[in-house]
Amino acid sequence: MAAVKLLGTWRSPYCFKVIWALKLKGIPYEYIEEDVFDKSPLLLQYNQIHKKVPVLVHDGKPICESTIILLYIEETWPQNPLLPIDPYERAVALFWIKYADDKTQSIPKIYRTTGEEQEQAVKECSEMLETVEQHGLIEGKKFFGGDEINMVDIAFCMVAHWLGVLEEVAGIKMFEPHKFPKLHSWAQNFKSVPVIKENLPDDERMFAWLKHRREMLLAPKSN
Amino acid sequence: MEGAVVLLDFWPSMFGMRTRVALAEKQIKYEYKEEDLRNKSELLLQMNPVHKKIPVLIHNGKPVCESLIQVQYIDEVWNDRAPLLPANPYKRATARFWADFIDKKLYDIGTRIWKTKGEEQETAKKEYIECLKLLEGELGDKAYFGGDNFGYLDVALIPFYCWFYAYEQCGNFSIEAECPKLIAWAKRCMQKESVAKSLPDQQKIYEFLLQMKKAFGIE
Repeated sequence: MAAVKLLGTWRSPYCFKVIWALKLKGIPYEYIEEDVFDKSPLLLQYNQIHKKVPVLVHDGKPICESTIILLYIEETWPQNPLLPIDPYERAVALFWIKYADDKTQSIPKIYRTTGEEQEQAVKECSEMLETVEQHGLIEGKKFFGGDEINMVDIAFCMVAHWLGVLEEVAGIKMFEPHKFPKLHSWAQNFKSVPVIKENLPDDERMFAWLKHRREMLLAPKSN
Repeated sequence: MEGAVVLLDFWPSMFGMRTRVALAEKQIKYEYKEEDLRNKSELLLQMNPVHKKIPVLIHNGKPVCESLIQVQYIDEVWNDRAPLLPANPYKRATARFWADFIDKKLYDIGTRIWKTKGEEQETAKKEYIECLKLLEGELGDKAYFGGDNFGYLDVALIPFYCWFYAYEQCGNFSIEAECPKLIAWAKRCMQKESVAKSLPDQQKIYEFLLQMKKAFGIE
């Protein structure tokens, strides 16, 4: 019986965040793919409140919500730290992690909507990108925390990877290099990290699924 | 841990109250600065350029934003007294989960109780009580969410108590009738000096809410 299990889905950036944290720290785990449209009794038992993935199970005890899982991993397995040691710098990192958690939720809205709703989603997204470009990233630093990847970079993974394919599916161009040079540079650095590069959802599969999902969501309702 | 501590705050804010309680628990001297949210100070805009919101904790001239992050920061820096987060990582994860649940649900649902009427308001009341009952379940038979001692999750939730009376008046219902164990917990917390001096009187909150309703054009 594996001591560490992860319930997840191949499409979800939230699940990948946990996978990357476990791999960056060299923690072995058993992965269980969940069908979120047909949730298993195990998932419903482990996450009674939100009924969502990811769920980390350690020695039989479940931990829910990706950021809370990452903090748990950080505190349980301190090797290869993913947060600064200094309390002030840690508070700043936690601020940006919360910002990412709150604001990147507007990214999936881009492909789920059309017309005015989509315009609003694009506006929210652009504002988020502008804020991070202006206040979050420091000129010359490879990652949010400096030379090494940390939990803040992981928190913004939707910008680095999923945003591109969502833009393609939605037929929108927003995250452009000339508008967001620091973010673009950061995204490339992020995806070059071996653990990240080797653990990303297949682009074609992701595109096909999102395209299909968009068609289903926007299909006119039958009488 | 030496150095000046300043708190930019707004007296009815449940989030600001969390930081006040944490500072009081640790007996930290600080300067309290009341913000007029309709006319935000240069200092606030400079210290929280991203959100322009209170509370902002300024320690040695450097800002910490977001109430739960401030509570954790205070706990880590002044780590020689009154610990707030549990030592055990699993218990910390549990405390964070429920604090996150409070943040996702209570404020927005509570706002709907005073902003709406009729069916919408009934739904909001029902949802609010459901959330409080889940929290009651988490409390169980413990004196505090932190166990025998007042801790992080107690700090996260107790400020909402001073708003209950205002919600009850607006919604014409009794939270105590539905969640007696939670109210007993809240009264236990109010016995603590750190809490009593950090939370405004519930009647004052109700008067503030009535003013807000007028400003929003809600009867």
